Amino acid sequence: MAKRTALYETHVKHGGKIVEFAGYELPVQYEAGLMTEHMTVRKKVGIFDVSHMGEVVVKGKNAETALNAIVTNDIRGMYDGQVRYSLLPNDKGGAVDDILIYRINGECFLIVVNASNADKDAAWISSHLPKDVEFSNISDKVSQIALQGPLAEEVLRKILPEEFIPKKYYSFTKETSIRGMKCLVSRTGYTGESGFEIYCGNADAPKMFELLLEEGKEEGILPCGLGARDTLRLEAAMPLYGHELEEDIPINEVGLGFAIKMGKEDFIGKKALEAHTPEYVRVGAKVTGRGIVREHTDVYCGNEKVGIATSGTHAPLLGYPIAMLRIKKEYVDKPLEADVRGKRIALEIVDLPFYKKA
Amino acid sequence: MKILFSKSHEWAAIEGKTARVGISDHAQKELGDLVFVNLPEVGAEVKAGEVLCDVESVKAVSDLYAPVSGKVVAVNDELEGAPELINRDAMKAWICEIEVSEVPSDLMDEEGYQKFIKG
Repeated sequence: MAKRTALYETHVKHGGKIVEFAGYELPVQYEAGLMTEHMTVRKKVGIFDVSHMGEVVVKGKNAETALNAIVTNDIRGMYDGQVRYSLLPNDKGGAVDDILIYRINGECFLIVVNASNADKDAAWISSHLPKDVEFSNISDKVSQIALQGPLAEEVLRKILPEEFIPKKYYSFTKETSIRGMKCLVSRTGYTGESGFEIYCGNADAPKMFELLLEEGKEEGILPCGLGARDTLRLEAAMPLYGHELEEDIPINEVGLGFAIKMGKEDFIGKKALEAHTPEYVRVGAKVTGRGIVREHTDVYCGNEKVGIATSGTHAPLLGYPIAMLRIKKEYVDKPLEADVRGKRIALEIVDLPFYKKA
Repeated sequence: MKILFSKSHEWAAIEGKTARVGISDHAQKELGDLVFVNLPEVGAEVKAGEVLCDVESVKAVSDLYAPVSGKVVAVNDELEGAPELINRDAMKAWICEIEVSEVPSDLMDEEGYQKFIKG
C-alpha cells in the first residue's frame, strides 16, 4: 500500500487531487490547476510537499573520504552549511541516483535522495561504506517542504530572522527554528526559481505548511502539486531519475559533467567511465510541429531512429511544447522528428535550460 | 435540439441530421488544463464508441470517443490556438460536427449523465 506523508490530511483539506507517485499518495495538483500553480511559482511563490524524498545521514571520522569514494562530485573542501549536487554512480558508470549532499560538518553529511530510489540508495550506500562510518536512514522521520518562487524569501523573512536565512544558492542553516519548530533550511530547489527547502520533523510538518501558506497570502502563495513540480523542473532542464538518468545510461552522456570530477582519485564507476566514449548526448528540443512530445517517444532523422525523448511536456511559461532528448551525438545538427503515435512532428534543438530566471 | 452524453464523457448536441460534439464539464475537470486538441479530419467516418481524436493536458494524452456514428463534416479550428476554451466552457467549446448515421441507445440525457458521474 502507498505511504502517506505527514501532510496527507493537509493536502486533502486544501483540495489536493491525490495520486500515487513513487510509492506515496501525493497531490498532483490542487484546485487552481497545474498551469496556474506553475505560473505562480514563476511569478510569485508556491509551496510543495516533498516529504517523499529520502534522507540518510553518514557520520564518522572517515565519512568524507568514504563518501567521496562513492559519489562523482568532489566533496572535499566544502564548508559546513554547504550543499553539493552529485551523482551516485554504479560500477558500470550508470546512475544509482542523483543526490544532494549537505555538509553538516567535516564528519557528518546529510544526503537527500529520490523517493523512488530511497530504499535502493540506502542499501547501496550503507553496503559501500567502511564499518567505521555510521549510516542512518531518517527518511520516515523527516518532512520536507519546498518554498519556491521570486517571493519565497519575502515570505520566509516574516518567520525567520535574517541571519538564519541561507544567503548563497546551495547553502543551508542547520539547527534553526521557525515558531519553535526545529528545522534545517536550505537555499535549494527543483523549479529553476530562487527558493528554499525546509526540513522538519513529521509532527511539525502540518503546522509548518499552514504557517507558510498563511504568511504567504499577501504574496499570492499557492500550494502546488507534483504536476507543476515536473513542468517547472523540465523548463529549467533539471534531470529526473528514471527519465534522464538510469542505471544503464552512462553518466558521461547526460550533460552533468559539472558534477563528475574525473580528476579525483578512484570512485565507483570511474574506470567504466574512463573506458566509455560517450555515444549519446542530452539535448533540449522545442517542438515546432503540432503536438506534445512525451517521454519514451522515438526520435528520428529521416528513417533512422537516433534516440528518444526522456521527458516532454507543454511548457506553461514558454507557451510551447518542449522535450529533453537522448540522441546519438552526431545527430545534434541534423533535422529531427518525433514519432508521436505514428505521426511525425518536427523538433528544433535549442540550448538548455529552456528557461532561466532573470 | 437535444443534448446527449456518453459514458466516456462526450456530449452530442443533435439537431436534425447533425450533431455537434464536445466533452463534458466533468471530463474537462478530470483532464485538467488542456494544451492541445488534435482535431479529427473533416470527411472521416467515425463509429460510436471508437476513437474520434485526442486531447492533451499538461500531464497526459487522452483519447476522445465518438458519441455517435457518422461523418465528420466540420471541426472547430478555434481550438487549435486556444484549447483552454474547453476548460473555460466545455459545453460551448465544440470539437467537431458529425453528420449522424446512428445514435447509440445507451446515450444519456443531462439528468441521467449527472446521476452516472455521481456513481
